[in-house]
Amino acid sequence: MAEVKNILLSGVGGQGIILASKILATGLINAGYDVKMSEVHGMAQRGGSVTTQVRFGEKVYSPIIGKGQADVLVSFETMETGRWLDYVKPEGTVVINDFEIGSAPILMGTVEYPEGVIEYIQSHAKDTIVMKAADLAVELGNVRTMNVIIVGALIKALGLEGIDWEEVIKETVKPKFVDINVKALKLGMDQVK
Amino acid sequence: MKKFLTGNEAVARGVYEAGVTYAAAYPGTPSTEILENVALYKEDIVAEWAPNEKVALESAFGASVAGARALAAMKHVGVNVAADPLFTIGYTGVTGGLVLVSADDPGCHSSQNEQDNRYYAKFAKIACVEPSDSQESKDFVKEAFKISEEFDVAVLFRMTTRVCHSKGLVEFKERENIDIVPYEKQPRKYIAAPAHAKLLHPIVEDKLVKLEEYSNNTYLNRVEWNDSKIGIITSGVAYTYSKEVFGDTANYLKIGFSFPLPMKMIKEFADKVETLYVIEELEPFIEEHLKVAGIDCIGKDKIPNIGELNPDIIEKALLGKETTTIEIDSSKIVNRPPTLCAGCPHRGFFYQLGKKKNVMITGDIGCYTLGFADPLNAIDTVICMGGSISMGHGAQKAFEKNGVDRRVVSVIGDSTFMHTGINSLVDVAFNQGNTVSVILDNRITAMTGHQENPATGFTLQGDPTNQVDFEELVRAIGVKHVVTVNPLKLDEVDKALEDAFEYDGPSVIITRWPCALKKYSEQDLAEFGPLENKCFIIEDECKGCKICTKTGCPAISFDNGKMKAFIDPNQCVGCEVCLQACPFDAIVKAGE
Repeated sequence: MAEVKNILLSGVGGQGIILASKILATGLINAGYDVKMSEVHGMAQRGGSVTTQVRFGEKVYSPIIGKGQADVLVSFETMETGRWLDYVKPEGTVVINDFEIGSAPILMGTVEYPEGVIEYIQSHAKDTIVMKAADLAVELGNVRTMNVIIVGALIKALGLEGIDWEEVIKETVKPKFVDINVKALKLGMDQVK
Repeated sequence: MKKFLTGNEAVARGVYEAGVTYAAAYPGTPSTEILENVALYKEDIVAEWAPNEKVALESAFGASVAGARALAAMKHVGVNVAADPLFTIGYTGVTGGLVLVSADDPGCHSSQNEQDNRYYAKFAKIACVEPSDSQESKDFVKEAFKISEEFDVAVLFRMTTRVCHSKGLVEFKERENIDIVPYEKQPRKYIAAPAHAKLLHPIVEDKLVKLEEYSNNTYLNRVEWNDSKIGIITSGVAYTYSKEVFGDTANYLKIGFSFPLPMKMIKEFADKVETLYVIEELEPFIEEHLKVAGIDCIGKDKIPNIGELNPDIIEKALLGKETTTIEIDSSKIVNRPPTLCAGCPHRGFFYQLGKKKNVMITGDIGCYTLGFADPLNAIDTVICMGGSISMGHGAQKAFEKNGVDRRVVSVIGDSTFMHTGINSLVDVAFNQGNTVSVILDNRITAMTGHQENPATGFTLQGDPTNQVDFEELVRAIGVKHVVTVNPLKLDEVDKALEDAFEYDGPSVIITRWPCALKKYSEQDLAEFGPLENKCFIIEDECKGCKICTKTGCPAISFDNGKMKAFIDPNQCVGCEVCLQACPFDAIVKAGE
């Protein structure tokens, strides 16, 4: 576990990115890693673009990374993947949730939601994983589990499936949501080969 | 057992462990969670929201003079508000340990500027401590209370966004029992009348000499020797970035006590290395001290003093290393600015106000600052907390004196009005102003994440308390024309604005409706009830005029292909602002 790994999670305020980051970080801590996690609060949260960063390894100093440093970018919203793409290492992995949320200029009909974002990223990044977590969450019976499904995929992409994630879910979500979130996490893992 | 905490949570734990019994703050990103977490130790600590930062510091200082350890916490610009007492506390010193947390915001994530508050420590002649991560936030704040008592000095505990809001592992200790210092009158110390102030100044200079000696010997400043020709002097979160870039290929002088700086230690360190870098975020605070002492170093000539640093920026600046990135075609990205939430009570008010011609609108600090943006375009200025009403007053006087026919509307939130806006309204009434001041009362301090304030009816620690009655307060100040409206009712808002414009003299409009994200209290439920049912568009009636999108509601989208608007039922809360805006009655409420 010598080398520090850098994970960048991006999306839109309200998508549950902070909880997703907390689940990931808790599992990593339980597995004995040193972990740092960085969040953004305040004005930026009001429907704006939101990111968190999770870094883990034997010893982590900085809570944040710069451009070209993320081993994995996992984006909860399609267009946000593009906004943070230059933070990914050229050999890094991009996990894209195929899920569009219009921003103010798009909602007002001033501009259209950009087309071909996923195709563009697939042709420019070395390793991409595309998933439809919203559809999976609806199938599972609760659309709000979308974030945990995405975390599941991320865990598999990182090769961290050996950690006791069921225990982590118990530590991080309310008791009545444990079962569905454990299922969501497993469902997410199944999306990555 | 270690816990995974933000710097803010860690400071709160440190404050608890340090035996503090009184803490006060005004919420402000990135400092807010400090007091929220201190408040959880209700059995041991009195924790309070003050109406503003000056009051918070004065209250904490009072507790210190009474003999107890005390904390005041605020964001960087809050220290500007608290600067008046701060500079004289610099002269008087303290009794119980006094720590002032300043949470700076490099990069302006949620602020109007990115001032570097280490200069306040130097300016006010007090000590400055800077943690780099969560563990240090906890450990150093405890040390800060000891420093404060040992040297009879207030300590500025300078954090930054990335220290406040990053999580790391923190080891807990038990709470120390600190007895209150028995009270005695000390007029020569605490009555800062001119005769005493003159005597206090030389004592302060003497304290600074002693503090510098301490600085050279404290564990807060430490050398990490790696037998390299490169030396790095760094502080705060910049230390962690430096370690990422240079690892053990450089020697470090890590500064945790940054005023007074350990100049002896710095000189010895500088003498032992060939290349000396000073890596600090924002201003060249440490570097200036080196330059004055004639120590050659590389600092802000390479490292930006604008915005946040990160390891990549430092690597590029000092090692010339270019990062390879994956290019993104800009046509694949559309801006995503923050917006007022669906159901936000400010929306209806700004929608009406934005239609008024020939007005100047002075704004203030809060979620409602977003009223400036497209499509509402209903704010012209935002400077500082409480500035809207006084700026508006000056502007109206200037227009009148120069024969300009333009009315001024000042908009301010409930918490911001209590912060300093109230003083400005006194100014308007006293100086016979003629502005329209609008208190946007959403029953909570919303932007920082729903903190109680003097008008909400609860204290920080959850006790029911007095509620300021804005109408009565405003009348007592001397404003006769006062009206309270429901901002979700566009005709009510419009009438209130027109009546105020008609009226010759100062007027106040209070818009009263809870924040769309607020958890309703029993009183809220009784007064406002739950909003029921959602709005939807009858597609056949929609003429594609896009007027509903001019409300800027994130639940409404427009399909350019179908030329029809659509309301997302998952986001709509049924506030009915769009329903009133639609000229074709194409929007209706489900179940009605």
